[in-house]
Amino acid sequence: MNLSVLLSTFLAATIEVIEMVAIVVAVGVTRSWRASLAGAVGGLLVLAVLVASFGIALQSVPLKPIRLGVGALLLAFGSQWLRKGILRVSLDGWAKGFGEEHVEAGAADGFDWTGLVLSFKGVSLEGLEVAVIVVAFGAADRAIGAATVGAAASVIVVAAIGLAGYRFVARIPRRALQLFVGAMLTTFGTFWAAEGVGVRWPGEELALVWLAAAYVIAALLLVRLVTRWRTSVARSLATDRPSTVGAGR
Amino acid sequence: MIRLGRWIRAFVLFWVDFVVGDDWRVAAVIALALLGTWGLVRADVAAWWLLPVAVLAATVRSLRAAVLRERP
Repeated sequence: MNLSVLLSTFLAATIEVIEMVAIVVAVGVTRSWRASLAGAVGGLLVLAVLVASFGIALQSVPLKPIRLGVGALLLAFGSQWLRKGILRVSLDGWAKGFGEEHVEAGAADGFDWTGLVLSFKGVSLEGLEVAVIVVAFGAADRAIGAATVGAAASVIVVAAIGLAGYRFVARIPRRALQLFVGAMLTTFGTFWAAEGVGVRWPGEELALVWLAAAYVIAALLLVRLVTRWRTSVARSLATDRPSTVGAGR
Repeated sequence: MIRLGRWIRAFVLFWVDFVVGDDWRVAAVIALALLGTWGLVRADVAAWWLLPVAVLAATVRSLRAAVLRERP
């Protein structure tokens, strides 16, 4: 077995697999594990069919349009959650809603199709990128077997870490989770959608880290700003004067 | 036939809700920002900053509108 191909594939695939597992865990904890796992299994099945059908030809699959489509949808949905999380935290604080509250009405009744779609898209896009890595690394050195083992090891290791960590994530109050998961989905959405239209991010994949940090910091500042706006509105209502919040609208 | 019609309607509503949510302006700003980013990339100008800035600006505007709507 070609160990250098195995190790290179493991490392390259790990970056993509972390993104995949992060989305599945985030959707599972905040919405529905059933929907999240169903979406993940669906994504893996589609991926298996693609790999079986195209094989080595996967290298020529155009990833940009897929990144643009998946990224734009995740961005649109993630920004809604970010906004709702900010509104809820600024209204009642971080701790309220621990354990007993569903962050999204639709997630509470019946099957959560939104959760399934989110998880499916994350797994199928990232899985496709892993498949392309396996084919590219494996075909270059005629070591598809070693590349496949490297990628499979990466999935097993990261999924195990995700499974071990989800109980900790589940202890975080729901409204805080909605804010942070919203920031995370917005981060992935921004990154992929921009890559889809040809952007080269400063720091390449590391841009995910500083982008996530920027969105979280902005969200925390916005929680304070929205609290101040509410106070201003309440004060202006109490003194029967028009609010200054909407000035200039 | 009626069942199919209902299914198609539910399918369309699901995607509209998924993309647009309760503030269509945010989705519109994202679409325009993506178009602008594509234009800047075509013109060979650094464009990575546009999408995050547009998302944050749209979020601030949307939050302000939501707070004003909360008034009794």
